[in-house]
Amino acid sequence: MPPGRRVRRMPFSPWHLVLIPATVVLGFPFLWLVVTSLETPAEALRFPPVLIPHALRLANYRDALDSAPFVRFFINSAIVAVTTVACNLVLCTLAGYAFARFRFLGRTALFAMIMATLMVPFQVTMIPQFIITKWLGVHVLAGVGINHLGALILPNAATAFGVFFLRQFFRTLPIEYEECARVDGASRLTVLVRIVLPLAGPSLATLAALTFLDSWNSFLWPLIAVTSTDQMTLPLGLATFQGAHSTEWTLLMAGNVMSLVPMLVVFFIAQRYFVRSVAATGLAGT
Amino acid sequence: MTAGTFARPGTGRGRRGGGRPGGGRPGGGRGRAARTVRKVADSEQFNGWAFVTPGAVIIILFWAAPIVWSAVMSFQRSNLLSPSTPYVGLSNYRQMIHDPIVSQAIQNTLIYTALFVPGTMVVGLFLAVAMNRNIRFISVYRTVAYATMAISTIGEAIIFTWLFDPSYGIANYVLSRAGLPQQQFLNSPSQALYVIVAMTIWGWTGFAVVVYLSALQGIPQPLLEAAAIDGAGPWRRFRAVTLPLLSPASLFLAVWLTINALQLFDEVYLSTQGGPLNATTVVVYYLYDQAFQQFNFGYASAIAYFLFLVIIVITVIQFRVGRRFTYYRS
Repeated sequence: MPPGRRVRRMPFSPWHLVLIPATVVLGFPFLWLVVTSLETPAEALRFPPVLIPHALRLANYRDALDSAPFVRFFINSAIVAVTTVACNLVLCTLAGYAFARFRFLGRTALFAMIMATLMVPFQVTMIPQFIITKWLGVHVLAGVGINHLGALILPNAATAFGVFFLRQFFRTLPIEYEECARVDGASRLTVLVRIVLPLAGPSLATLAALTFLDSWNSFLWPLIAVTSTDQMTLPLGLATFQGAHSTEWTLLMAGNVMSLVPMLVVFFIAQRYFVRSVAATGLAGT
Repeated sequence: MTAGTFARPGTGRGRRGGGRPGGGRPGGGRGRAARTVRKVADSEQFNGWAFVTPGAVIIILFWAAPIVWSAVMSFQRSNLLSPSTPYVGLSNYRQMIHDPIVSQAIQNTLIYTALFVPGTMVVGLFLAVAMNRNIRFISVYRTVAYATMAISTIGEAIIFTWLFDPSYGIANYVLSRAGLPQQQFLNSPSQALYVIVAMTIWGWTGFAVVVYLSALQGIPQPLLEAAAIDGAGPWRRFRAVTLPLLSPASLFLAVWLTINALQLFDEVYLSTQGGPLNATTVVVYYLYDQAFQQFNFGYASAIAYFLFLVIIVITVIQFRVGRRFTYYRS
């Protein structure tokens, strides 16, 4: 409150008058999603719309599960997201640490090359990625080829952003701890695992949150790389479901709720990390 | 072992060229080979490459090499059906210039970007300023805004397609209650793009709020108090103190949202498939259509490179212009 001004007492902050309508507008799509998912198909297709369903029709959820394997989509999404996060944490930590602390031949050139990929939009690389993935599936390992979950994991198992992000973090750490451990005879890997990583918790959590969100919501690459229903992730499964049931709004909304709820739960449990990770991207740009 | 072994790269303190750590004790007769192995295994050269290789292989294979490959492809006539990929020079690029759908797509993308980016920034700034205070229910307000970050683009597009359904959607119900005529929304060539603008602004609100809120919380209170003592009213304080201090966050959002806006795809794919009458065909949707529906890889690569060029040019301009209006403390 600015000093030197008479403060008029109000029963509540005037900002509520702004925030309540804003929150209603922002929250309404969520509310309407849930309401529609509980209506009967006849209620949904009525105009003027039925604002409060007569009974909560949970059968929509069962019907949605009967007509598309949402559980399968969910499991696939979880497998892809969790594996991608785990791979990123390991591989980006290793590479980021090496770029931060070791001098080796070609370091600068390699780092520059990796950074260059950060600037290029995905649309430029997606066609060769598709061809490479197809080739790998045919000639190397079916599990990482087109139409397999591995195709959704492998290209993102290490990201240039993750390498850069962790390298920047490692460089801010005081080097003395690492030197001490080295003098005591620890190997470089031991130093990384036992000395550096315990200090890196918040950074790793931030990277994990960002990678998880990216992977969970990714759509274009799964759309290209996967065509069979049992390998689809949630966004792709949902989009395919919409293509097949475009007028069955109650089922669509039930499916949508089922795809959204797990993410919302994760989001609210780890809200601190998600918010911090987004704020961190923001600060990285400033 | 000296401190130089661990010198920070880039500070100039390090030993040039890496190489063997330590002073190189004189090797005895026994176990010299074993010692050499151990020494190599402990060197910065070996460890550097060992640590970097797994990640670098993936990034180079899937991200770096494809950049070059698709550049080559954009000079070829290449599709999935025929094995031969003859070089055709600039023909793909020339085709692009004469393709009416490409110019339509560029136009749609630019209109979309010009509405979406400022729209999201204004909404985000307004909400962040409103939410930057300790009042009752503030965590409820913030949580609802943040929740828009949790929903996927596909989920978002499905909800909005339903809200704006011409026959049964609640948007038309609101219009009818207000005595206004019914609209076709996503079915109308003159409205569909604006509905997509609205749904994506909603979807990005949480992101913009988070970025602005964290920037607002970094503003030192004494600055605002000093301005108040000097007689600046709330609006003046906002214009003269808060807004300049938010400019780095604004520049970041402008750049980040623009890059994402130019790559709009998911919502278009789900809600309109580029229609009606190409009214929502944006560059990436057309690119996808050419690449993975028509399998014209060469032509699609040319479009992708064109998009890349546009993104670079716009980003550079934003940074150039933005720098003039951006105020960095420190």
